[in-house]
Amino acid sequence: MNTAAEKRVQARPGVVFPRAIGDRLFKWVTLLMALSVVLLIVLIGYELAHGSALALRKFGWRFLTTSDWDPVNEQFGALPFIFGTLVSSAIALLIAAPLSIATAVFLTEIAPYWLRQILTIFIELLAAVPSVILGLWGIFVMVPWLREHLFPWLRGSLGFLPLFKGPIYGVSMLAGGIIIAIMILPIVTSVSREILRSVPGLQREAAYALGATRWEVTRIAVLSYAKKGLFGAIILGLGRALGETMAVTMVIGNTPQIAASMFAPGYTLASVVANEFTEATSDIYLNALFEIGLVLLGLTVLVNALAQLLLLTFSGPRAQA
Amino acid sequence: MEKSPQTATATNQNVTKIMKKLNLALVGACVLVAQTSGWAQMLINGAGATFPSPIYSKWFDEYARIDPSVRFNYQSIGSGGGQKQIMAQTVDFGASDGPMSDENLAKAPGKLLHIPTVAGAVVVTYNLPGAPTLKLDGSTIADIFQGKITSWNDRRLGALNPGLALPNTDLVVVHRSDGSGTSYIFSDYLSNVSKDWETRVGRNTSVKWPTGLGAKGNEGVAGQVKQMPGTIGYVELAYAHQNKLPSAAIKNSAGNFITPSLESITEALATAKIPDDFRFSMVNPPGEKAYPIAGATWLLVYQQQQDPEKGKKLVGFLEWAVTKGEAMGSALDYATLPSQLQARVLERIKTIKY
Repeated sequence: MNTAAEKRVQARPGVVFPRAIGDRLFKWVTLLMALSVVLLIVLIGYELAHGSALALRKFGWRFLTTSDWDPVNEQFGALPFIFGTLVSSAIALLIAAPLSIATAVFLTEIAPYWLRQILTIFIELLAAVPSVILGLWGIFVMVPWLREHLFPWLRGSLGFLPLFKGPIYGVSMLAGGIIIAIMILPIVTSVSREILRSVPGLQREAAYALGATRWEVTRIAVLSYAKKGLFGAIILGLGRALGETMAVTMVIGNTPQIAASMFAPGYTLASVVANEFTEATSDIYLNALFEIGLVLLGLTVLVNALAQLLLLTFSGPRAQA
Repeated sequence: MEKSPQTATATNQNVTKIMKKLNLALVGACVLVAQTSGWAQMLINGAGATFPSPIYSKWFDEYARIDPSVRFNYQSIGSGGGQKQIMAQTVDFGASDGPMSDENLAKAPGKLLHIPTVAGAVVVTYNLPGAPTLKLDGSTIADIFQGKITSWNDRRLGALNPGLALPNTDLVVVHRSDGSGTSYIFSDYLSNVSKDWETRVGRNTSVKWPTGLGAKGNEGVAGQVKQMPGTIGYVELAYAHQNKLPSAAIKNSAGNFITPSLESITEALATAKIPDDFRFSMVNPPGEKAYPIAGATWLLVYQQQQDPEKGKKLVGFLEWAVTKGEAMGSALDYATLPSQLQARVLERIKTIKY
């Protein structure tokens, strides 16, 4: 036993391990890791398409353009769910993006050091709250408050807009959007904070040297420098928003309809799968639910691609400047 | 006293020897234990409905004391999953809140038996000032859940509840958003009492609701109804009972208004027409005291068992469950099988071959 180990120790210095091989190995291993992510998404897509074959054949494109969701007569159309997913995510981003970026600016530019630490801990705690807890809080605390205070006030002051018309139930598209906003706040804030922190101090000093105020420094030297990264942080939040399920389904009202009013209940793609998958018995019904998953995957890819495109046009002029 | 180096080495060698022997013995013991436990503790897997899951867990627990050689593993993944898994033979028994369709039965690789175990009911609950006991009949409930009755002071509600001051407020429907046996029983009942409902909506674990808000789970519906004045929804009896929700008395086919209770469900089971394959719907039965919105839940087993040992144990358990096990039902808010039906089910269990 001893001798074998000794031999190995002796043999080690003899082996010449060319650095090129190590580097190449490293390259291939990391490439493999990166490819496995791609492979995973392709496999998920394949499985979803495979699982929804019956529905794909039966409904074709009609699945995306019709609004009928009737498990009894086996007619399935996903349009209200697509609408609900996009609208609730949009509401969430409209609320969360300014809030998160403002928080990140405060944390990196304005807050005294001791406060930064405390606030950061609280924001990270928010990320640790499980979805279902937020949902229950949504049902029992947020929705009643929305129904009795915020929504009547909104209807009173902005009721001339179709967005804020109609009966108030509490559970609604707007409630769904608000809960998603709360859920994506921590990640968007954390990423934004990191991005703002990576803005070189020289930028700020240069702006101060020109006599800029704190607001001007933040706007010109920090935010415009970090624009691309902040946009990326929002996209990351959007990815999460599209797929949020549990908390959303508890407050959105789960009604597959396309309504102009934000007070009307809605439904999302992820929610309908979570709600109906366990008790679906007929083949075509299960296939339709699989196709909902496929649509959600497609929608996520599409929205992210659009965001990347937007980012490219965004960063174009900056690259010239 | 000091030991000489030599004796020390000798002791060391002895210790090593003893250790080796001990090791061997230990390994042997481990193998033995593993073998006996593998041999003695047979694992029977099941999956399916969530509604009966509390009583099934109780049964498996109790049965482990009666026959320690068998252990049950039940996953409450929903009736859809239960049917799928028993059809794919990945479990030894399935469980479902609704009977399997002819289409699915034909697809199963062998003859599947439906074994009814317990029954539950669906109650109509609401949020009205003072929480009075509301009286409702089938066609009125169907019209409420179709959005045809939209106010609490509707003439028809008043006619059913003379002497009750109903408010002039909007009536908001809350229904389940998740697929569930509860929704199946409820829509089955409405299809039974209203032609209009049957053609427009139909019966299923989830349906295309003509009106109302969707809430997830019994707790979601109850939460919505509790918070918002003027709402009306439906939840499982056990849930309503444990959470002390108001529940409506429903007019049955004999014309009596019946409040939901375990007795009135067992009465419904006793008077419902139950076919030989036990795939029955027990809504709106003819019994004088029967509560009309109720449904049974089933275990699904193959008549021809693949594994003789497992088959024997499973049959033993089933026989115990529909006799001794039934007695534990009422404590958990499940209605039990009436004695005639129990006898019929026992007969059927005896036909399982292994």
